[in-house]
Amino acid sequence: MNNWNYAESKESEKIVSIEKKYGHFIGGDFISPNSKKYLDTISPSTEEVLSSISIGNEKDVDFAVQSAKEGLKQWEKTSPSERSKYLFKLARLIQERSREFAVLESLDGGKPIKESRDFDLPQVAQNFFYYAGWADKINLAWGDQRTQPYGVVGQIIPWNFPLLMLSWKVAPALASGNTVVLKPAETTPLTALLFAELCDEVGLPKGVFNLITGDGTTGSHLVNHKDIRKIAFTGSTSVGKYIQKSLAGRDVGLTLELGGKAANIVYNDASLDEAVEGVVNGIFFNQGHVCCAGSRLLVQEDIHDEFIKKLEKRMQMLRVGDPLDKNTDIGAINSKDQLDKITQLVNEGVKDGGELFQIECELPKNGYWFKPSLFTSVQANYKIATEEIFGPVLTTLTFRTPEEAVEIANNTEYGLSAGIWTEKGSKILWTADRLEAGVIWANTFNKFDPASPFGGYKESGFGREGGRHGLLSYLKDSS
Amino acid sequence: MSLNNAIKDKQLEWSSVMDIVNNVRVDELGVIERTSSLATRSIKREAKLDALKRIVTMCDLTTLEGEDTEGKIVQMSSKAMSPDPGDPDVPSAAAVCVYPALVSTAKKVVKNSNVNVASVSSYFPSGQAPLESKISDTKFAISEGADEIDIVINRKAFFEGDYRKVYDEIYSLKEVCGNTHLKTILEIGELKTFENIKKASVLALCAGSDFIKTSTGKISNGSSREACLVMCRTVREFESFGFGKKGIKVAGGIRDAKDAIRYLVIVNEELGDEWLSSKYFRFGASSLLDDVLKQIKKLKTNAYQSSYYFPRG
Repeated sequence: MNNWNYAESKESEKIVSIEKKYGHFIGGDFISPNSKKYLDTISPSTEEVLSSISIGNEKDVDFAVQSAKEGLKQWEKTSPSERSKYLFKLARLIQERSREFAVLESLDGGKPIKESRDFDLPQVAQNFFYYAGWADKINLAWGDQRTQPYGVVGQIIPWNFPLLMLSWKVAPALASGNTVVLKPAETTPLTALLFAELCDEVGLPKGVFNLITGDGTTGSHLVNHKDIRKIAFTGSTSVGKYIQKSLAGRDVGLTLELGGKAANIVYNDASLDEAVEGVVNGIFFNQGHVCCAGSRLLVQEDIHDEFIKKLEKRMQMLRVGDPLDKNTDIGAINSKDQLDKITQLVNEGVKDGGELFQIECELPKNGYWFKPSLFTSVQANYKIATEEIFGPVLTTLTFRTPEEAVEIANNTEYGLSAGIWTEKGSKILWTADRLEAGVIWANTFNKFDPASPFGGYKESGFGREGGRHGLLSYLKDSS
Repeated sequence: MSLNNAIKDKQLEWSSVMDIVNNVRVDELGVIERTSSLATRSIKREAKLDALKRIVTMCDLTTLEGEDTEGKIVQMSSKAMSPDPGDPDVPSAAAVCVYPALVSTAKKVVKNSNVNVASVSSYFPSGQAPLESKISDTKFAISEGADEIDIVINRKAFFEGDYRKVYDEIYSLKEVCGNTHLKTILEIGELKTFENIKKASVLALCAGSDFIKTSTGKISNGSSREACLVMCRTVREFESFGFGKKGIKVAGGIRDAKDAIRYLVIVNEELGDEWLSSKYFRFGASSLLDDVLKQIKKLKTNAYQSSYYFPRG
């Protein structure tokens, strides 16, 4: 019998309406940029220009911060239970319009619709629901410790989970009484702009949420603004370090959620088929554009060959292509820059002596694509074993004993996440106790819950997002 | 020890089978998660029509009731050969599945077609009988003309931990079958855990079954997509180490086309599309076929037809 091919099953783009041009969202209105400069945002899967966004200069940023200061006066007067209501309204609106948001996220960022629809958007709504519940219970969160909000908070978010990272930052900040100036990534601003429209729709007091678009320069204006009381940043470790230096000696709070090079440890007593799934999910979810991605596979030496064989076979089943096709597993690489970076690192890996396996598949002509890749025969000193690739590239290392697994896993400047695969509960606990990572998954990977704090060790950053701990990132001790 | 090491020399000793069975590992949540993620595949238009037609060719049209008569069997067998006489594009079913006493009746109807006659045996559905009785039951079905034999594993022995007995019985019945196609029913609704399902799959495959089958259809928890996934992975492991392609039959509670397509997706993505033919994958069902025929009509005409437009089975 002939092959069974899945026919294209495309989510319609008609549900979204994108403006030709966007201003900044300041003081409850969209306003043209003082800079008069714009930047195209394109769809990475087609390279089509979707819209133009404003580039914020120093004046634009100042305007946004002053608006947030004005907003703070209103927000302070708003009772906690009223704040809670706004957040609940936002959560419900996001749910109602989740298909629209999901399509927009996939168009602008390149991630498969099944992920934006089944992961990003449900998580976004949950975050708002979760922190809506905290808004009138802040004083119960820390016992005797008295806290107060920072005031005006600057938030800079990355391009890998644009709306989800917005929700991680905006929801707890507003719940704990701060006002916000948010800067989304330059390649993925559209869902944040749609969120700004929602803020208007729910009648959020003007100036409580402000959105300023632009590139890295805009971000640095925000970091260096004198009236900012707290910066929350998610992104690369190098930019994180720059921000920390910029803020040195100033009375500005800071939380950083940075890079990672997580180990996914597969013991020989794991159930291998499920471990293969978890490893695939760990690295190929969202094209590997995940700071907590399980990018280093640590597999026990005696099952290496069997495991790699299973893994390669499974990888070959991944469907790479149009992010809006409901059957796509791997979408487009977010930008040309990122594609170049991934390509360069993979080339170096091959030059160093790594053995490269890439799946056989046809890539679309336009847009930015990278085949799911697996490196074996990798040594610990190769760049691909230490540097964050932030793409669909998995590197394999082997170990002999649990002690060695832990040693290799911790042999990195990062410490954001890790995975452990074994059917033995005691081994899970033994290993988890010794891993220097903020989040450790056992026999699963990439599981998130708004009630569970997330954040890193070492150069993966500091501060926690999510859960009760996530509130503390937006509160100062005032006892 | 993994299957890999056990059968390196392509010779399965009982001790190797035991090693495999004792080291079976299945992570329940992982299985559930993968199954539900595969359920989100969106099968539309030509892919759907292709799937539906395949499902028809994979159907073992089944009746296993005390009230079965020759008349009922003739009617069902006739339908298996030509499920939708109004549409020549609709293929025939794979087989009819009946009790041994009705095999010859079915055989008379289908003998000049490509529809097989499958017979349950081995004291279906409980299997609570001595091996000699199971053997004579099976011999009788074959002598009556059965092309395929569906047996049940000895769950009593399985739960008593006597895996050797489970294996030996299947082995003996395969000897009786010779080239007659043997499907071994695990009755996953009684085995309950995925580990048990995988253990039983290993025993059945190692003992020589051509197919492993989910359920008798006689209990309420018949088939499940999760169990099918676990069985697919066992079959895959068996094949990848050089023991050839084995098949899977899902039966028990699969009533609509949508559910059946989800099973196909699991087989397609876990085993590959070489498994997507009646040679390696079957549905044991009575009412599924009718829904599939309706869906085929719907795709072709854009309208749902009432069931009285299709022949009774």
